[in-house]
Amino acid sequence: MNGPLDHDHDHEHGEPHRHPPRPDLEDGPYTWHMALTDAVADLLLAKGLITADELRRTVEEIDAKSPALGARLVARAWVDPAFKARLLADVNAAAAELGIDAGGIPIRAIECGPGEHHVIVCTLCSCYPRLLLGPPPDWYKARAYRSRVVREPRAVLAEFGLELPADVRVVVHDSTAELRFMVLPRRPEGTEGWDEERLASLVTRDCLIGVAVPRVPEG
Amino acid sequence: MSTSPFRPGQRVRVKALFPPGHCRTPHYTRGKCGRILDLLDIEPDPQERAYGRPGLPPIPVWRVVFAQRELWPDYRGPAHDELVVGIFESWLEPVEDDP
Repeated sequence: MNGPLDHDHDHEHGEPHRHPPRPDLEDGPYTWHMALTDAVADLLLAKGLITADELRRTVEEIDAKSPALGARLVARAWVDPAFKARLLADVNAAAAELGIDAGGIPIRAIECGPGEHHVIVCTLCSCYPRLLLGPPPDWYKARAYRSRVVREPRAVLAEFGLELPADVRVVVHDSTAELRFMVLPRRPEGTEGWDEERLASLVTRDCLIGVAVPRVPEG
Repeated sequence: MSTSPFRPGQRVRVKALFPPGHCRTPHYTRGKCGRILDLLDIEPDPQERAYGRPGLPPIPVWRVVFAQRELWPDYRGPAHDELVVGIFESWLEPVEDDP
C-alpha cells in the first residue's frame, strides 16, 4: 500500500485529492432530548446534588461495559450448574457474585436447549441490557432487524450466517416490559476441560443476543 | 397472584384494541391467541405512566407464547417455531374453546 494507513485505496502522492469533510458532533441538530439532558445535568451540578467528577465517572463506567461481562457469566454457568441455576433465577444477583454490577434493571437469561434456539429483539424501541453488555449494535436498533426478526427469524439469522435446521425450534423473544433479556447459549462440543477464560472467549455479543452461536475456532 | 384470573398454561387472546397514545402491546399480537408461559413482572401501567401519571395499581405482565403460524398465517418456517412476548394483563382475555 502506498498511501497512509487510513486510506483503503492507493494513490500517487501529490495528486490532487479530496475527502468529504467529516462532520463534527455539533454539526448535527441539537434535539429536544439533548437539551433536556444538558439542562438536567446543569441543574444537578448547580444544586450540588452531584459533582462533575461523579457525573463523568458514571458515564465512564457505563461506557466501559462490554459483552465480555456477559461472556464471563455464560462461561461460569457452563462449568458450574449451581451457578447456572442462580443465573437463570436472577441474572443481576448472579453477576454480583462475580463482582459485576449489572445495574438496577432486572435482566433475565433465556437458556438455549438441544432442540431450541432463542433470539432477542425489542420491536417497540431497542431495550437491551446495556449495564451488562454495553451499548447495543446499530443493527439491533434498526427498524429492519426489529420488524423482520419477529416476522422471518430464520431468514434474518441466515443473513447473520446462522442456518438452523428445521428440527431446531426457533423462539423469538420480544422485549416489551421493564426487564432486559440475554441469551444463555449452549456450550459447544469440543470444549471439554477448557477453563472459564477460554470458554468466555467463544461468547461474543451476537451470541448473547442470539444471532450467532459460540463456535470453536477451526485448526 | 391468587387474585389474577390467569395462570401459566392457560390459553389467552390479546385484545384487538387500538387505543390512541402509548402502549406496550405490539400490533402483531393483537387479536392473536397464545398460551401463558409465566409471570414476567408486575409493573405500573405504561399507558398511564407515559403521560406522567403513576399508573397504579401495578399490572401483572405475563409472558405469552404464540405459534409463529398464529401470528403470521404465511409463516414459512416449521410449525414449532414460536414467539414469546410480555403482555400486560389488562390486554388479555381467556380463551374458552380449548382446541
